[in-house]
Order: sequence, then C-alpha cells, then structure tokens
Amino acid sequence: MVGAALSLAGRDLRLALRQRSDAGTVVLFFVLIAALFPLAIGPAPDVLLRIAPGVIWVTALLAVLLSLERLFLADFEDGSLELLALAPTPLSLLVLAKCLAHWLTTGLPVVLAAPVIALLYGLGADAFLPLIGAMLLGTPSLSLIGAIGAALTLGARRGGVLVPLLVLPLYVPVLILGALAVDAALAGRPATPHLLLLGALLLAALPLAPLAAAAALRQAVE
Amino acid sequence: MTLFEGRDLTCVRGERQVFTGLGFTVPQGGALILHGPNGSGKSSLLRLMAGLLDPAEGSLVWDARPVSGDPEAHRARLHYLGHLDAVKPVLSAAENLTFWASAQGGGPGDGQMGGPGAGVAAALERIGLTGLSDVPARMLSAGQRRRLAIARLFLARRGLWLLDEPTVGLDEDSIGRLQAGLADHRQEGGRVVVATHTAIDLPGAERLDLMAFQPPSDAGLEPW
Repeated sequence: MVGAALSLAGRDLRLALRQRSDAGTVVLFFVLIAALFPLAIGPAPDVLLRIAPGVIWVTALLAVLLSLERLFLADFEDGSLELLALAPTPLSLLVLAKCLAHWLTTGLPVVLAAPVIALLYGLGADAFLPLIGAMLLGTPSLSLIGAIGAALTLGARRGGVLVPLLVLPLYVPVLILGALAVDAALAGRPATPHLLLLGALLLAALPLAPLAAAAALRQAVE
Repeated sequence: MTLFEGRDLTCVRGERQVFTGLGFTVPQGGALILHGPNGSGKSSLLRLMAGLLDPAEGSLVWDARPVSGDPEAHRARLHYLGHLDAVKPVLSAAENLTFWASAQGGGPGDGQMGGPGAGVAAALERIGLTGLSDVPARMLSAGQRRRLAIARLFLARRGLWLLDEPTVGLDEDSIGRLQAGLADHRQEGGRVVVATHTAIDLPGAERLDLMAFQPPSDAGLEPW
C-alpha cells in the first residue's frame, strides 16, 4: 500500500524532472516577482525590510497557486485518475503521495530560493532562520490545501479561475502566520509561537486535506 | 461456483436514464459481450461494474455478497480498461508499466518467475511490444499505446476484466494476442466483460443487448 503511494510520488517526480519547464516556472515566478518589488519601490532599506515578510509570503503563495491546476489535470485527462481511483490502495494515500511530489517540485524549490530573496531585501541573520522555518512548515500546507481546490475543480470549465477563489481563503492563516513569524524575528521577539501554529496547521492538513481531495476526485471520475 | 451478478440495475447520467431494469450474470470463466449502438450505455455499465459509478437502483453482487458492502475488495479483484490509455508520454513503455505494476499492487513480479521487472517484461512480450520497451510513449502510435494499456491487464492477476472497446486501433496480430490473453485469463477462471463493436473471438460468450433495457417513453426522442 505504502509502496504504491511511494511509486506514485516517484513517478510524479520523474515526470516533473523530464518536463523541467513546469517545476522551473514556479521558482522563476517566485524569484522574478519578488525581485521586482525593490525595483519598483526603491532601494530604501527600512522600507524593504518592512515589506519583506509580506512580499515573500504572498509571492510564494501565488507561485504555488500557479502550479495547482496541473496537480490532477494530466492524470484526469489521460485516464490515469480512473485507474488510481480503482487501485487497491486508498485514494487518500495516493493523494498524499501526489501532494508530497507537488511540494518537492514546487514548495521546496521556493524555500530553497528564499535565501536569495532574503538577501535582496536585506534580511539579517536573525530573521533568516525563522523565514526558512516558517516556509518549511507552511509550504506543505499550501500543497495539501491546494489539492482540495484542484480536485474540486476537475472537469469544471475554467477550473483555473475557480482554484484561486476556492483556495485563497484557506491560505490566509498560513499567510498571516508565516509573515508574522518573520515580522516577530525582525522586531526581536520570538518567532516560535507562530512556527508552532504553522506546524499545527500542517498537522491538521496532513490527514484531512487528502481525505477531502480524495472524495472530490471520486466525484470527478464518476 | 462464484457468480458476478447485476440485479435490476438502473443507471442515471446527468438527468437522463441510460438503462433500467438491467440484469446480468457472469460465472467463473465466463464472458459477457455488451452490445448496442453508441450511447446505449455500454461504457456506463462497465463503469458501474467497476464501481466508478453508483447504480441509481439495483445492486451488484459478487459471490452472493453485495459489492457495495466492500468496495475495496471489489476494486482489488478487477482490471478496468477504459477509453483512455493512461499512458504518460514522457515515460518509456516499460516505465509506464512498472508504475502501474506497483500502483495496482501485487508488485512488478507478481505471479511471474524472475523477480521484479520480469512481470513487466512478460507483459510487454505478450502484447508484442518487447522491442519498444525503452521507447518514450510519445513516440508510440495510437495502436501501440492501446497495446501498452492492454499490457496492464497482464501485470497482476485479477478475477474480473472490464474492457471498454479494447480493440480500437489494434492490428490483426494484436487482436490475436489480446484474444490469447483473454483465453488464458478465462482458463484460469477469470471473468471478462467486453463492450465492443468489432468481432472478437470469445468462445461461449453471452451477449447482452443494451437496447432491451432502454427506459421507455420520451428517452428515445433524444438524439444522444
């Protein structure tokens, strides 16, 4: 059962590696948009430092959002999803595997690119670790919650427009806590409470989001 | 002897009744050919048998137990071949099959000698794709992709094969290979349900004409 889920995650990773453009777009989007703000706003360090947490999080969130529509779409269109729904492994476990692969190809690259952006905004060493920690805890939740939206909009016309509408409200807690963690560190306060809450969100999303997405997928393949 | 039965099935898609009062029986080693014009509900019946779709009325029964009581056990005993081939263009033929071998459970070497991978090689051999195992699936022709989809049936042993137009795009040699596979499957006690418009050689197969179960009255007026 776990073997089947792991091989699905492995297949998705392999697909992402062979179609490099897909995963690359997300990181490129993140870096480019985040790099545009200093150019537009001007190089004043205090202003940049003030907006850095918010800009980094909003950009990361949009970058992940950009990749959500494709999460199940290819499998839906080529018939793989039907077969996955008929596999002996619980569909929710397979969804979890797809979320893992999605995070490894979108969330993790964004986290890895974050240091570059942090430098650009002049974030100091004290805010640096909270930023990475918050992103490591927050971005998996983005993939998991996003899977619900992606599954619900399968088969709908203009699903790409619906996904942000469905998913963005659910992303708000992650966004607020993620930005607050960095803000707190910048102000010299401990970031731990925010990180703990982000971790709690992730722990709730880990079992619940795959169940909800699997139920939506069953509707989609009916 | 275990039976796979449908009792008084009604299928509704959208607002429309596709068929009603439909019953069938497939014994061990038996074959059932679904017959009827386009839109008469052959695919819907196969999806219903697979559990992708729930019947609006009636029930599916396996070995005197309702399928709806344990859908997971039902999924574990069937192979479904739909219209779509579920082939990833950027993966090679062998990679596609290796993935399905593990996703469908049973492991790549299930029921085969020679450990993991042997099952995939044997399946490719049986459908005549051995020479193309390392070729990316996007280079395969439509018929070859269909064969790759059919090769999935040979990966893991399952008691019930549900095949929706399996011969579309296949050449004569491939149809022969499919028929040989079907004969082996039934020899081992497997059941087959096929929806097809082409002649397919299934000795002793029963035919089910879906036109006999069309809902009465206005439905006949609809063009689809």
